[in-house]
Amino acid sequence: MNDILLKGGRVVDPGRNIDQVMDLGISNGVFADPADLHDPEVVDVSGLVVTPGFIDVHVHLRQPGNTAAETIATGTLAAAAGGFTSIVAMPNTNPPADTAGAIEYLRSQAAQKGCVRVLPCGCLTKGRQGKEMAGIGGLAAAGVAAFSDDGSCVQDHALMRHLAEYIQSFNLPILDHCENDCLAAGGVMHEGKWSVLLGMKGYCSAAEELMVARDVILSRMTGARFHIQHISSKECVRLLAEARRDRLPVTAEVTPHHIALTDECIKTYDTNFKMNPPLRSEEDRKALIEGLASGVITVIATDHAPHTNTAKMVEFDDAPFGVVGLETALPVSLTILYHGGVLTLPQLISKFTTGPAEVLGLKRYDLRNGNPADVTIFDPEKSFTVDPEKFRSKARNTPFAGRTYKGVIKRTYVGGKLVFQQ
Amino acid sequence: MTAEFRWTRKDLLSLYDLSAEEITYILDTAEEFKKVSERNVKKVPALRGKTVVNFFVEPSTRTRVSFELAEQRLSADIVNMTASTSSLTKGESLLDTVRNIEALQVDLLVMRHRATGAQNFIAQNVSCGVINAGDGAHSHPTQALLDMFTIREKKGRIKGLKVAIIGDILHSRVARSNMWGLLKLGADVVFAGPATLVPREFEEAGVKVCHRLEEALEGADVVNLLRIQHERQSAGFFPSINEYSRFFGINQENIKRLKPDTLIMHPGPINRDVELDSSVADGPNSVILEQVTNGLAVRMAVLFLVAGCGGKR
Repeated sequence: MNDILLKGGRVVDPGRNIDQVMDLGISNGVFADPADLHDPEVVDVSGLVVTPGFIDVHVHLRQPGNTAAETIATGTLAAAAGGFTSIVAMPNTNPPADTAGAIEYLRSQAAQKGCVRVLPCGCLTKGRQGKEMAGIGGLAAAGVAAFSDDGSCVQDHALMRHLAEYIQSFNLPILDHCENDCLAAGGVMHEGKWSVLLGMKGYCSAAEELMVARDVILSRMTGARFHIQHISSKECVRLLAEARRDRLPVTAEVTPHHIALTDECIKTYDTNFKMNPPLRSEEDRKALIEGLASGVITVIATDHAPHTNTAKMVEFDDAPFGVVGLETALPVSLTILYHGGVLTLPQLISKFTTGPAEVLGLKRYDLRNGNPADVTIFDPEKSFTVDPEKFRSKARNTPFAGRTYKGVIKRTYVGGKLVFQQ
Repeated sequence: MTAEFRWTRKDLLSLYDLSAEEITYILDTAEEFKKVSERNVKKVPALRGKTVVNFFVEPSTRTRVSFELAEQRLSADIVNMTASTSSLTKGESLLDTVRNIEALQVDLLVMRHRATGAQNFIAQNVSCGVINAGDGAHSHPTQALLDMFTIREKKGRIKGLKVAIIGDILHSRVARSNMWGLLKLGADVVFAGPATLVPREFEEAGVKVCHRLEEALEGADVVNLLRIQHERQSAGFFPSINEYSRFFGINQENIKRLKPDTLIMHPGPINRDVELDSSVADGPNSVILEQVTNGLAVRMAVLFLVAGCGGKR
């Protein structure tokens, strides 16, 4: 592999508080001093932003079980196109990733067909049934990066308490999809003004908030690391702020769609606005943005959830939950948060890099010499209109079709290898 | 009504979409059609050569019969389908089923479905006209139009009247459709019932929400009762049908609070002595059966207008 010199870019490296125009060298797959490179390929990245590779802690690759919607090959290509160099693969495949064998399958498939790093996530409970612990130690030994029953939430508080305690022997985080089944039962959208006016079955934010509170309390009790997935309501942000003020090891992610859209979108009955947790009120949306600004929310994650057109072209009640997000995450977030004056560029980049790295316990996730050369390069000013037909993902179920955002990924390197460019 | 007003919609999905002028135009047209059903020969050739498919994915008796009769009186060719007689039972998607119907050169689709927005979804994806005969808890425009027709006929106006709608508002497409229609024509709309069934969020549309029956009945010009379903009890919305009836039903006692000329309405089917005391349902203020009669005229008007728009985009 040739040495590479990324020349003249604006290097934003939140982990080392760097934000300046400088050259970046890559040699043998790791970052190297530009002065030490041998006959490098020189890439002019002037006018572009150069950052550590983005990490998405919440991706559904659908393999095995629903390869009509997405595969490891197409999902990782979509990730690369979105600037993500590492993605955490949720275990709600079919069968679910609740055994070491399933994790080994994912790792070997990812090694053969994936173009970015795929970090497996193991189930918390057997079959994601919320009844018995999955083989936590075995999964850890097989190399999972985290545990989650994503899509389901462990309802049995005693079981969750034991998981919180047991997992500490393996020093891995719990990524929790917070939802109380009784309060959420049958709901297809956020309960509020629009569900009431439309006559849709709503489910209230309390369904999420109760479980966020549960996790905060269990973290305080056990010391376990909890990462709250796709936080979506104002009260969740308040609960999280309290936990972080008390220095509990609790983190949370927010999705680009929850900071960009509200439940009002559903008056078009477009099933591409149906996801779980649902789009909520404008007040919630603003609170999420405020949570990012104050630093309470440290991670942006996509909850990339591919579905076929066939699955989505049905009555709203009958459509599956979920939207794709890998290829729109940066432009949507950049437009709302950076161009919208909420975050500085380094702050925004941290939500895609050091924030998720901290959740996963990755130390020194930055561009220092010797680190694996995972790099994302983007044009922060270039406009981009979302055209689902151009997605690298197999799926088209985006809520952003036809909308225009600022921010275009130009190049993505994983371990010094160019995996995407345009 | 301006003489040059022209109906331009290929679908009737929800009164939320319509202007006050459009609603009034439907009601005016229905007045003309009401006369047809009072004649000896109850048939006009308005829809001759047009094909209408009645597709009731959710079971219905009175609305389906009313639409069928309205279509027959307009001389349309009609086909009736239900979920059990369609390929939905073979796992065909709703959209595929409807596209197949449309491929038979159908002009109008009258459709009922359990899912909110199903007709909007279909109308966005087919070119034939779509008339909503009820979707989920969302919309039932012809029911609201016949309610408004009846109110206007009896009271001579809608603007400024106090209309109390009482019962399971949360699950009611009749309440929502009445809300949009009545508000657009300037009525004061009150929703009443227990808070489990009457969420406060309705206030954002401009409705008054109250959880005590007396408040709703005070000064009401119209009281529209909704059917209370027994399964709401097991789902925990109230303790028992008896208790519901005692605190939220209309009976001989609380009817005394009403003005002497208050209209008592009900979209049917009635749970006698649950939401509405039998003697009140059959009493002098009740216009419940006239609603049914007017429903025919309103549906003829809607079919005529939507079909007249070409039925095709």
